[in-house]
Order: sequence, then C-alpha cells, then structure tokens
Amino acid sequence: MALKKTKAFATMAALALTLAACGGGGGDDVAVEDSPEFDSGTTMAELADAGKVTIGVKFDQPGIGYMPPGADVPEGFDIEMAKIVAGKLGIAPEDITWKETVSDNREPFLENGTVDLVLASYSITPERREVVGQAGPYYVTGQQLLVREEDKDKITGPDDLEGVKTCSVTGSTSIKTVEEEFGAEPVPFDTYSACVTQLENGSVDVVTTDGAILLGYAAETPDELEVVGEAFSEERYGIGFQKDDAEMCEFLTTTLTDSFEDGSYDEAFQSTLGESGVETPEPPAVDEGCTA
Amino acid sequence: MGPEYFSELISRLADGFVVTLQLLGWSLLFSTIIGTALGAMRVSPLAPLRAFGTAYVNIFRNTPLVVLFLIVVVGLPGIGFLPSFFWRAVMALSLYTAAFVCECVRSGVNTVEAGQAEAARSIGMDFGQSLRFVVLPQAFRAVIPPLASVYIALTKNTSVAAVFGITEATYQLSNLIRDFPGSLWVNFIGIALGYILIVAVISAIANMFERRVGVAA
Repeated sequence: MALKKTKAFATMAALALTLAACGGGGGDDVAVEDSPEFDSGTTMAELADAGKVTIGVKFDQPGIGYMPPGADVPEGFDIEMAKIVAGKLGIAPEDITWKETVSDNREPFLENGTVDLVLASYSITPERREVVGQAGPYYVTGQQLLVREEDKDKITGPDDLEGVKTCSVTGSTSIKTVEEEFGAEPVPFDTYSACVTQLENGSVDVVTTDGAILLGYAAETPDELEVVGEAFSEERYGIGFQKDDAEMCEFLTTTLTDSFEDGSYDEAFQSTLGESGVETPEPPAVDEGCTA
Repeated sequence: MGPEYFSELISRLADGFVVTLQLLGWSLLFSTIIGTALGAMRVSPLAPLRAFGTAYVNIFRNTPLVVLFLIVVVGLPGIGFLPSFFWRAVMALSLYTAAFVCECVRSGVNTVEAGQAEAARSIGMDFGQSLRFVVLPQAFRAVIPPLASVYIALTKNTSVAAVFGITEATYQLSNLIRDFPGSLWVNFIGIALGYILIVAVISAIANMFERRVGVAA
C-alpha cells in the first residue's frame, strides 16, 4: 500500500512538473511594484489607481500570444512582456484583462479604448504611428524559414528555396518574397498552423513568416521542427498605446529599457520563445519618442 | 495603373486560370464518371447498391465543400495518404460534385418511360445493357441544362482550392490585391471576367448539345 502511495505521489509530482514545464510560465515571479508613483492626470496614474488594465494580445500564435485550448489565461512572450509592464503599474498578472486582438482590429481597439495597450506581434510602421502610439521595439524579427529537423542541413536559408514547396498565408508578403525573389514553389494556406500541419505531414518542406512566429511553433515540438537561417526582412515589435500620450511613451520606453537590464526580459524570452532552443537576442535599441 | 500593371495583371490571370482550368477539367471528368456510376446504382434493382448510392449522395451533398477539402488536404495525410495538393483538390472537388451529377442522372432516368426499359428487357437486354444503350442516352439528353448548372457550380467551387495549397485564379486575386491595392476593382473585374468566360463556354457547349439532341419542351 505504502509503495502504491509513493508511486501515485511520484506520478502526481511528475505530472505537476510536466504541467509547469508546458505552461511556458515564468509569469508568477514577475515583479509587481508596491505603490508606484505617477504624476496625477496621467494614464499610468489612472490605471494604477484602478488597479486593473486591459491588454490586447494574440490568441493564436504559440510562443508569442497563445490561448491554449481550455485555458483562461493566454501565454507567450508578448504575455510575459505585458505582465512586466503591468507590474510597473503596480498591477498583478491576475488583474490584467486579456483581450484577443487580430491583426486588423489593433488600431481600432486602441483608438476606441477597448484596450489600454497592445502587445500582439505588433510591428512598428510609419503608417501605424500615424494613428496610434508605438513604443519599442522590444523585439526585432524578420522573415525566416521553418523546416523539419532532418532537413536543417539541406535548407539553410532562402537561397536553398529554388523549386521547394514553401507554405505561407494566402496574400501575405512572406509568400510573395519567397516566390518572386527566391523562386520557391508557393503553397498557400489560410493560417500558419495549417502550414505547420502540412510541414509535419511532409506535404511541404518549408513554412515561412516572421521568425518569432516560427520559433513559437518550433518551441512546441523542438525535436521535430527547426528555424533556420538569418532573417531576410525586418519586423520590429512594439507596444501600442493611444496616440499622443507622451507620458505613456516615456513610461513604456523606460520600462522596456529596465527590463533589458534587470534580467526580466531575458526571463520572459527564455520561458517562452526560448523553449525552441534559441538564445535570448541582444535587446534592440528602443526608439526615441513613440509617434510618427 | 500603367502598362506595367496591365501586363502583370494579364500574366497573373493567365497563370491562375491555367491552374483553374486544370482543376476544372480533371474534376469534371472524374465527377461525371463517379456520378454516373452512382446514378446507375440508385436506379439498380439491387438493394445494397441503391443503399450505397443513397448514402453517398446524402453524405457528400450535405457536407460543405470546405469541410471535404479539410478532410482530404489535412486529414488524409495523417493516415499516410500523400498525393500532391493538386490531386487532393481534384479529389475533394470530384467526390463533392459526383453527388450532384448522380442526382441529375437519376432525375434524367426518371424521365425515361418505364416502357423503354421493359422493351429493352423484352428483347433480351440485361440491366446493364438497357441502361447503357436505352435508358442513359435518353436520360442525359433530358438533363443537359441541370448538368450544365452542376458544372458551372464546379467551376466556381474550384476557387476554394486557393487556401488549400493551390495557386489558382482566386489565389492570384489575393496577390493582386496585396501588390496593387489601388487597383482593387480592376483586379476583381479581371478575375470575374475569367470565370465568366469559362462559364460562357460551358453554357455554349450545353446549348449546342441541347439543340442537337435535347428533348423539346
């Protein structure tokens, strides 16, 4: 009987460890400021007083912003970065309201106040800075290639794509680049996860889009999938906020810079995208000012 | 919208519609063969064959085409079935359209008077012979317009393949919208004209057959 109990205990412990490992956690030890001081009237003061914040994130990008089936809290690198920002406002992770944003509704959600901040693989562009504020970048990625583990020596960069079946989303710029510049045979699907399924079953040999998104898929099955080669475009992920909020810009810029220095950035990366086996990248230089 | 844009438009339309026509051609061929065989089953004297035909039609006619594509393109590779995306798309389109062809054939058979089949039997033809030489030829000429509608629907259904690995006309439309967002309407009209042209050809062939062999109303 005693043995059985021990066994059961061991199983439980192993299960708990596995769950912890799967969670991509790291979020529980995010520093939450006790009672941060902000100038009255600023958005930060309002949020800190309210003790809650609504943050727009992606729910469908593993490793970056992903809502696992059945879970009620999303996980990923963007989520961890959002927790760091909320922590500086004195808001604990459980007081954050996560709002799903898709690529097309991020600007409207910020403009009409549906969300206070957006961390959703949100590339900084001059066009977007015309309508919203974007602080950062906190991560610089670019188009890369995802291949099966056994092909990683055969396909090492875009120059190896000539005539190779390469999957990306219909109408994306990624599929255009590999087709027109590198002569790949384009295979269009409607989502990246559909592409990854086709990569896994051997119907295509490469999936291409932002490296960060690919790393997320590689992190799910690090033994089977591998991100190869250098990025051959540049996407700079930033934090979106309401346009012309200069104090918010300054606060976010400082928060990002601090996170690069105090190790919280490294921790956020390692517990999420880092699971795929890549090192934390050198933190990018944050832009001065956050508007166009 | 300079001459560069128009040459790009024409070359992409050509690329896309070549693939669309290939999809259409093969799917039309296979769906007609399978559909006719199923139609024969549905009117056969053997109960198991009739049951099979009925079950097929109920399953494939009631399943949305996108779901069939998902099963063929995403599901089948899971059990080791890995033809190219083109043949997977042809398979989904053919299996789907066959259910509609079958029902056309069956309604055509119903227009053939029972006396025709009885006469065929009385001169010693078996079921297969009477179907081939007496019933089906008369059935087909009665269903030229609805069959043409089925093939026209098939033409438009090939566009679903754009998000299942096929670079056909509708895929080219998304590329055109991405690269020339300012020419949205021209892009759209270009693609629409291509489909209209294909449908016009199908209609013309159907009209020709109808004039020659069709049953006068």
